[in-house]
Amino acid sequence: MAPSSNRRPGSSRRAQYSTFLGYVIAFLGVAVGVAVLLISMGNAGAFSGLRSSASDVVAPAAEAAAVSRSEGQGLFSALKGYFTYGVRVARNEQELAEARVKLAEANALRDENRRLKALLDLQDVDPKPVAVARLIGSTSSSTRRFALLGAGRSRGIAVGMPVRSPLGLVGRVLETGDRTARVLLITDTESVVPVRRASDGVPAFATGRGDGTLQLRLINLGTNPLKVGDAFVTSGSGGLYWPGTAIAVVTRLTRDGAIARALSDPGITEFVQVQPLWEEGTAAQQMAVPAPAGAK
Amino acid sequence: MPVPIPEQLKDLTRPRINRAPSPLLALSLPWILVMLGSLSPTSPIIASAPVMPPLGFLFLLGWLHLRPGLLPVWAGLPLGLIDDLFSGQPMGSGMLLWSLATIGMDYVETRFPWRGFMQNWLVASTVIAGYLLVAAWFAGVHRQPDLLLAMLPQIGLSILAYPIAVQIVGLVDRLRLIPVREV
Repeated sequence: MAPSSNRRPGSSRRAQYSTFLGYVIAFLGVAVGVAVLLISMGNAGAFSGLRSSASDVVAPAAEAAAVSRSEGQGLFSALKGYFTYGVRVARNEQELAEARVKLAEANALRDENRRLKALLDLQDVDPKPVAVARLIGSTSSSTRRFALLGAGRSRGIAVGMPVRSPLGLVGRVLETGDRTARVLLITDTESVVPVRRASDGVPAFATGRGDGTLQLRLINLGTNPLKVGDAFVTSGSGGLYWPGTAIAVVTRLTRDGAIARALSDPGITEFVQVQPLWEEGTAAQQMAVPAPAGAK
Repeated sequence: MPVPIPEQLKDLTRPRINRAPSPLLALSLPWILVMLGSLSPTSPIIASAPVMPPLGFLFLLGWLHLRPGLLPVWAGLPLGLIDDLFSGQPMGSGMLLWSLATIGMDYVETRFPWRGFMQNWLVASTVIAGYLLVAAWFAGVHRQPDLLLAMLPQIGLSILAYPIAVQIVGLVDRLRLIPVREV
């Protein structure tokens, strides 16, 4: 392409100065960028107000787009369904037969569970969600994994609250705007969730790997007791996350733990629940353990 | 690259008696397109890995290549700031990298004034790959080296998406000069 002529300002002093000033501002931009980057890398919470208000501005449009996402996915899965119909029917029938057996077993377990719980005088810990809202966007081009939630301070959401979908834990609220909130997904590299194996309570930490999987690090070192297919739930230790929320299934073993696939894919969940903070010893005790009858 | 334009649109962009392009439209559309590209994190896609090309950045490169000098050299600072607000990167990463990219493109423009589309694409590919990798480093990828592997599809996709971004920029460039103002 022919070079543009507006590069040569000619003999006009004014044009020359404005070109020069343009370069000065451009290099100042680099300097400002470095300074702001250093500040925000040192303190992740810096500029959060700016970000939240920017998300608040675009929230209505993003909310509308999120509605179209769930509809569009419905359309695609309906189309896909026609091609895989036979295979799925066969598989479903087999699974149904297996599930009937499991259901009978589960009924028995539930009865036993109820008896044991009555024995222990415990109640089910099931928090009432603070809000139910849509995930209206995610940082799909950055290596950090944040999602934007379509509800904010105005609906009682506060920093730190866990976010879950019917399938499992999604993440926790990191910054709140008036009508939006930024959610740190469990797959982000900065996210650490205390977990335990669902079957026997082997404790571990689940760190995000940024690509949709989690790294499970065992707390007790020694021989690795994990197996592919082990399910993990949150343990609730350290507060923040409610215990017993499903989080991941082991897909590959490593030397000091395992790689696990996160159970809740935020891309296919339409609505998520924001739960109140779990605080060991305070809220949990009030809800879980009724005050002893004699104590007044 | 010729952009196929529908007949009606062709008629729309033709110069007409006592009509002139609106300077507001002509000067603001490049900025608006790049900002819309930066808003792509609020698009319906919720991804569990970095997959989407950085659309705002692609549009910026497109404008710098297609209409050198239309966006000033300092455009990287404000546009990068807008991108930072939505991209999830640490604040300042876009301001720094977009400023550097604009200055670098300006240098390429002065140094090699006669270029074809393939050269532009080559330059853009290098810049995009560099941008994504450095941005990932700012976001802390060195703590999770496996993630670099997961970024390869995104880099490939972004390089392939560049010609499409340039086509969109070309289309908006036509719209930019529609004679709407009465003289």
